[in-house]
Amino acid sequence: MTEMAMPQSRARTGSSWLASVGQGRNLLGLIFMLPAAVFLLVFLTYPLGLGVWLGFTDTRIGRSGIFIGLENYQSLWGDHVFWLSVFNTVLYTTVASVLKFALGLWLALLLNQHMPFKAFFRAIVLLPWVVPTVLSAIAFWWIYDAQFSIVSWALVKLGLIDHYINFLGDTTNARAAVIAANVWRGIPFVAISLLAGLQTIPPSLHEAATLDGATPWQRFRYITLPMLTPIIAVVMTFSVLFTFTDFQLIYVLTRGGPLNATHLMATLSFQRAIPGGQLGEGAAIAVAMIPFLLAAILFSYFGLQRRRWQQGGAD
Amino acid sequence: MSTTTSTRPDHLTDESTGMSYLESLPRRLVTVYLPLVIFVFVLLFPFYWMAITAVKPNWQLTDYENYSPFWVVEPTLDHIKYLLFETSYPGWLWNTMLVAVGATFVSLFTAVLAAYAIERLRFAGSRWVGLGIFLAYLVPPSILFIPLALMVFNFGIYDTRMALILTYPTFLVPFCTWLLMGYFRSIPYELEECALVDGASRLQILVKVLLPLSVPGLISAGIFAFTLSWNEFIYALTFIASSENKTVPVGVLTELVRSDVYEWGSLMAGALIGSLPVVILYSFFVEHYVSSMTGAVKE
Repeated sequence: MTEMAMPQSRARTGSSWLASVGQGRNLLGLIFMLPAAVFLLVFLTYPLGLGVWLGFTDTRIGRSGIFIGLENYQSLWGDHVFWLSVFNTVLYTTVASVLKFALGLWLALLLNQHMPFKAFFRAIVLLPWVVPTVLSAIAFWWIYDAQFSIVSWALVKLGLIDHYINFLGDTTNARAAVIAANVWRGIPFVAISLLAGLQTIPPSLHEAATLDGATPWQRFRYITLPMLTPIIAVVMTFSVLFTFTDFQLIYVLTRGGPLNATHLMATLSFQRAIPGGQLGEGAAIAVAMIPFLLAAILFSYFGLQRRRWQQGGAD
Repeated sequence: MSTTTSTRPDHLTDESTGMSYLESLPRRLVTVYLPLVIFVFVLLFPFYWMAITAVKPNWQLTDYENYSPFWVVEPTLDHIKYLLFETSYPGWLWNTMLVAVGATFVSLFTAVLAAYAIERLRFAGSRWVGLGIFLAYLVPPSILFIPLALMVFNFGIYDTRMALILTYPTFLVPFCTWLLMGYFRSIPYELEECALVDGASRLQILVKVLLPLSVPGLISAGIFAFTLSWNEFIYALTFIASSENKTVPVGVLTELVRSDVYEWGSLMAGALIGSLPVVILYSFFVEHYVSSMTGAVKE
């Protein structure tokens, strides 16, 4: 349709040069793209390149650095704190993503049921996702307080434990605590996105399968899950990406402690670069996250590919 | 994927009750309502805890023996008064508001033009630009903040609100463009054809035909952009140094938390009041929000 409309209008207004520029698709496209292009090139593409470059220099705050080749990466290679942060990031991302997916899918299935106040439930369930992460993390900080934790208090009152849990002071507990807070914040996004996918599955499929004697598990496994795969791929890629690069939650709850047990690559990068002043080294850590992110994006790409054959080749 | 949105209403009418009537009430209580209640409790408890702490007098706050921690007797507004009159909190709210509104308008303007160009002008290579915009959304702020900090410093806008208004669009523009592209796609092209035949320029079409029809899309893009800017943390933490320029998340964390004594009451009040604007905005447009969020994910 575009092809049809353009020549007509151009022929009519062709007499005026300005008008033909105004209707010229490529030039006009360029003009319309200009603000976005300027923003993204100046504040996104350039810094991305600058970050890679900084990783090869010994820049500090207040002193422009010189090119030192792979020295930053060599020192990181022998830095056990860096490797610990890589391990923590992978652990944090894996456990949190799996939990977010499982619980989010469960919540989506629950919200997909027919029940009173459906819209209300859907609305309030999104709250943890809407509220600023830092502010809800501060609430978690208070919930995890070593002396006055409400969770410890409740568990002691119920007789399940006999002393207060040191949530953020012990390495294992701290890891579990930050993962729990991240899962808490991530469930709504996964649930509501998957719920949208669930609503596109025709109930008649389930009815037909039930008549053929399928059990609820079989219906879930052979109808719901395959129909949901494309959207799961997208949602989980986003989830993995944002969990992997998470910064706020850790910064509020533990700042990487105790004993660097919860340091993620993003928080380590911040700590070395801004309070530590080693911009070059911080940038190198940030650059080291890129291969992982690329892997996640490729995973999403191949996940999306599946949608073509699932929908009979048309996209 | 546009087919999914167009077929959804059919399913909704087709759905009626599904097969849930086949299950007995006791069974549904255990399989549906009980887990749902637990989910809702866990998801909402931190907010309740925030709110109840914000109005608890200090002497009750840590006295779990004599007062039930889950309730409050003689609620007080002291923490909130302290927050509003003895700290820079109102200033942080104002900063966050300015930055969020500024960044939202800049991003919306940019995104409308870009989305229109990619989706409707279909200039040479527009598909690739669209893909590039999507990839730009996947670049996380935590790998950009160090070089950006250097740039912000060299531009001479370090420690100003302008630094945030200019850098937030890096994640807002890709997101809004992507969302608006999906929205523009749902508007029939025939409307534009009519306008073209009548001699309207592309700009006139955009302003007088497309934009009035995209108001719902613009609202949801605006709400998303506002919420994302309100919630942003790492840039605000890195680019802002002085107390009077801080945003709420950064201010609450860096100024209200003192190493010696934790003022839990005012901290929670700060977190609560800082969350209110986005929650209020969200509650007005919740239907928009849910549908456009799911729409954006599906694209």
